[in-house]
Amino acid sequence: MDIIAVVKFQSNWMEILASPFMRTALIAGILVAIASGLIGYFVIVRGSMFASHALAHIGFPGATGAALVGTSVLTGLVVFTVVGALAIGLLGKKANDREIATGTVLAFATGLGVLFASLASENTSTVTNILFGNLLAIPSSQLVVFAGFLAVLIVVLLVIFRPLLFASIDPPVAEAKGVPVKGLGITFMILLALVVSMAVTVVGVLLIFALLVTPAAAALRFTARPGWVIFWSSAIGVASVAVGLTIAAMINLPPSFFIVSTVFVIWLVAVATRREGRVQVPVGGHG
Amino acid sequence: MLEFTDVSAVRGNTTVWSEGTFTVPTGAIVGVIGPNGSGKTTLLTMILGLLRPGSGELKVLGETPHRGDDRIGYVPQNYASIAGDSIRARDLVLLGLTGTQYGLRRTTSAQRARVDEVLTEVGAADFAKRRMSQLSGGQQQRIAIAQALVGKPQLLLLDEPLANLDIRNQQDIVTLLERINSERGIGILLVVHDLNPLLSVLDGAIYLLDGHPHYDNVDEIVSEELLTHLYGTAIKVVRTPQGDLFTRSA
Ligand SMILES: Nc1ncnc2c1ncn2[C@@H]1O[C@H](COP(=O)(O)OP(=O)(O)OP(=O)(O)O)[C@@H](O)[C@H]1O
Ligand SMILES: [Mg+2]
Repeated sequence: MDIIAVVKFQSNWMEILASPFMRTALIAGILVAIASGLIGYFVIVRGSMFASHALAHIGFPGATGAALVGTSVLTGLVVFTVVGALAIGLLGKKANDREIATGTVLAFATGLGVLFASLASENTSTVTNILFGNLLAIPSSQLVVFAGFLAVLIVVLLVIFRPLLFASIDPPVAEAKGVPVKGLGITFMILLALVVSMAVTVVGVLLIFALLVTPAAAALRFTARPGWVIFWSSAIGVASVAVGLTIAAMINLPPSFFIVSTVFVIWLVAVATRREGRVQVPVGGHG
Repeated sequence: MLEFTDVSAVRGNTTVWSEGTFTVPTGAIVGVIGPNGSGKTTLLTMILGLLRPGSGELKVLGETPHRGDDRIGYVPQNYASIAGDSIRARDLVLLGLTGTQYGLRRTTSAQRARVDEVLTEVGAADFAKRRMSQLSGGQQQRIAIAQALVGKPQLLLLDEPLANLDIRNQQDIVTLLERINSERGIGILLVVHDLNPLLSVLDGAIYLLDGHPHYDNVDEIVSEELLTHLYGTAIKVVRTPQGDLFTRSA
């Protein structure tokens, strides 16, 4: 009975969708989905899935601590994730050491986040929003910031696209060719920190993977051409935000679940579908 | 092609090798041999300008080595494990041409034509649209060579290009390298553990013996004492009645 009371179809969902706060949510969601799509391919190519997950957790104390010092959640997120990104970036190549260090900091940061949350005697919904995201809680004043982040991301990516791709896929050769592999790696981590900060507001610390990695992973099932992967992962993200918000408006529940579910369904379909260009490599094939 | 004058290689606090004084003639096909950890990859790294000599002087194609030298093509060790699922072989080769360009630029038709040309040259045109992960080891090695060649280098460095290949693929790669060398006049330096597949094409070899690199012509390299000493296990050199040369552990 209780569940049915909560999950109730709202016949006026079209009106709800047209309302200003829904429009803010939709625009914010689209900006974040595009940003995530732009960086998602590089996250996969560079094998930075864990780093992006970790950055979100490192942002957690930033977000809860922001309330403690009286600034916005986004500011707290950006400060913590950027510092975390620099630290992970500077840890450099040794993948194993880096993962251990990152994981250790991740755990510590999450603990710190819990401490800050209780010190600030935050109401639980704020903490829930940080952990699980809530598009509907994004103030319209933040749209400009999101648009600014996205613009920075687009401009920087356009400038460094090829060297970054080269350095991500083929670091030793890129290095020999004079590409600043380490510098590009740190630049990438800072961009990733900005995107993670945005994405946390949409899907939260715990669901970040769904927006940052899964759309690109789904797109990669169909194409391996960098431009197209980026296009399709952005498209998948935008579609998921739109579908998620619409369902949320229909039954008046927080959108995160529906956004993540839409991404999940698209990913399932992509995985189940025949893979582009899959060809059996003949055993002992003539090379 | 290479001039070493009392060069030493230092990594961290340890000297990997030292007192390298030798000259490698231009346009030669040269093997680099030595046991694991003897500093073969380090030698290539130095020629690429990624590691400065600890001491001494080194000239590569007449110049002090410097990063980003377009005259050198490079295929690193364990190339196959680098390239994965997220890029087509062809795009990887293209990056050899465009990967250092900043800013928004379209790939020119000349660049595309060059990629097609080099893919045909290495016999990779048929499978270049597949992802790297969908290729066999021999095919991946061809793509790696195509990427190194695409910028028209004068010197090709290959770090263990024959590792993990079956005998036929080893022979195919060797034949390909010989053709590149004779048709384009490109000097080739390749790290190998087994000299046998190469004996017919090598001009000479750099061998890392007791912490000092040397260069010799192939006839002098293929001596039982030297190889036995080099690998620390008894090696026999056998010459067949047909004049073919091969080495095996005694
Ligand atoms: N980045 C590094 N920092 C410090 N020492 C290194 C580094 N890379 C290699 N070494 C050391 O330098 C020595 C030579 O290594 P190198 O990789 O050149 O050997 P190699 O002859 O290529 O070996 P293999 O046949 O196993 O590839 C080794 O003792 C190794 O431990
Ligand atoms: Mg090596």
